[in-house]
Amino acid sequence: MDTDRFADRLADAVRARTAVAPLTEELDLTVDDAYAIQDAVIERLGGRSTVAKLGLTSRAKQEQMNVAEPIYGWFVDGSATDIGQPLQVDRFIQPRAEPEIAFLTAEPLSGPGVTAAHVLTATAAVLPALDILDSRYAGYRFTLPDVAADNASAASFCVGDPIPVAGIDLRLTGCVFERNGELVATAAGAAVLEHPAAAVAWFVRKLHARGQTLPAGSLVLAGALTAAIPITTGDVVRVTLDRLGSVELSCR
Amino acid sequence: MTVAEDVREQLAEALYRARLDRRPIPPLTETHPDLDLGDAYAIQQGLVRRLQQDGGEVVGYKLGLTSAPMQEMLGVDTPDYGPVLSSMVHDDGTTLLLDDHIQPRIEAEIALVLRAPLAGPEVSTLEAGRAVGSAVAALELVDSRIEDWRIGLIDTVADLASCAQIVLGAREVPVDGFDLRLTGMVVRNNGDLVDTGAGAAALGDPIAAVAWLANTLAPYDITLEPGQVIMTGALHKAFPVTSGDQVTARFDRLGAVSCRFA
Repeated sequence: MDTDRFADRLADAVRARTAVAPLTEELDLTVDDAYAIQDAVIERLGGRSTVAKLGLTSRAKQEQMNVAEPIYGWFVDGSATDIGQPLQVDRFIQPRAEPEIAFLTAEPLSGPGVTAAHVLTATAAVLPALDILDSRYAGYRFTLPDVAADNASAASFCVGDPIPVAGIDLRLTGCVFERNGELVATAAGAAVLEHPAAAVAWFVRKLHARGQTLPAGSLVLAGALTAAIPITTGDVVRVTLDRLGSVELSCR
Repeated sequence: MTVAEDVREQLAEALYRARLDRRPIPPLTETHPDLDLGDAYAIQQGLVRRLQQDGGEVVGYKLGLTSAPMQEMLGVDTPDYGPVLSSMVHDDGTTLLLDDHIQPRIEAEIALVLRAPLAGPEVSTLEAGRAVGSAVAALELVDSRIEDWRIGLIDTVADLASCAQIVLGAREVPVDGFDLRLTGMVVRNNGDLVDTGAGAAALGDPIAAVAWLANTLAPYDITLEPGQVIMTGALHKAFPVTSGDQVTARFDRLGAVSCRFA
């Protein structure tokens, strides 16, 4: 497998803002191959930040893609959009937004046996989050290895205020997703693998399988609560989560 | 209204018979294309009178078509409503018989209970909020007496807003101090997660749904009364059930409600 050639292709797609054909149209890729390509893509784009994101975390999405596991990616350094900053959408190919719950870890997490309970115990705070996706494949047509290689479509993100998770049942936490003041969709936290913390636990186990750990101080966007929507110049998207508050992004 | 009273009575009788015999009828809008919304609510009244004669009082209302996707599907920009009769209301944990229905589907909703009378017109969401005392976790079994659910707005209004049965949770929770728009809900069938949602799926706010109802009833001089239960609309896409299914909806702050199908 030609890791460098595929990594160049995807990193060039990001820089040139031009979609490319799915890698698996050329070659069968294993999931392990795909994460090796992802590592090389991230290195080319400036290196890994401390912020990760999970994808394909709903059963509906997994069934739609015909896969049985989620994926993860790492935001590259400098890709955050802070509160109050506009999102420059012309930096992207086909940006989409989705509402998520993010976890800020207070302690390192590692090992093959990590569960949602371990994740919750190691969590300093949870935050409302908007995940900005940008698949480097035209029309978001890809297989699981394709999207894993493409860094889980990571583009940018914005998070709200950190809230202690103690006493909050994230499974039942209601989510309201709006664009330009219009309701797009509602959901509850269980839409993410039954419990968003279970998705983070999957991530830690997956990292362990690759000989890695999740350091303290990591921020993990745990996966979409609703379907993603396309965003364009002038759009204002907002996620509001019960007890966690809201976060809003203006697209320029 | 555009059709004669005897035609409306005939159609109310046809819907009543379809309900009793579990034999659906063709869409009213196909057999009587002239029907308007006023006719549809008049036919609904005829159907309610017949059901009341079989035993049962009006204990509240249900709202339907409260989400944008449902309204788009029927090509309308308004919700609809139908009275809820005591004979349709069941306790948490009840068993409902599929054979009593034609093509039932289940949906989870927030039910609101009034503590003060509320009459339109021009009721604001703020005023409606003052009249609402508490919320209850609820399930609604919807069913259509129209063949294959081929309904337009007129058809479903006439057919009691497609309502069949209501299951109410065992406890009322005062609505002070939290935002029903953000109240999360997870609905499961036999333990498997089917869907999730939050209160805002019902017309943007379950309280706004109550205000809409009060204002819509105003021309008929109907006041919503203390103790009445308002089913504010589905928080997810309704799904079909089969014999043996156990459906449970769990709401943040409101608790759970479930029913079994036989």
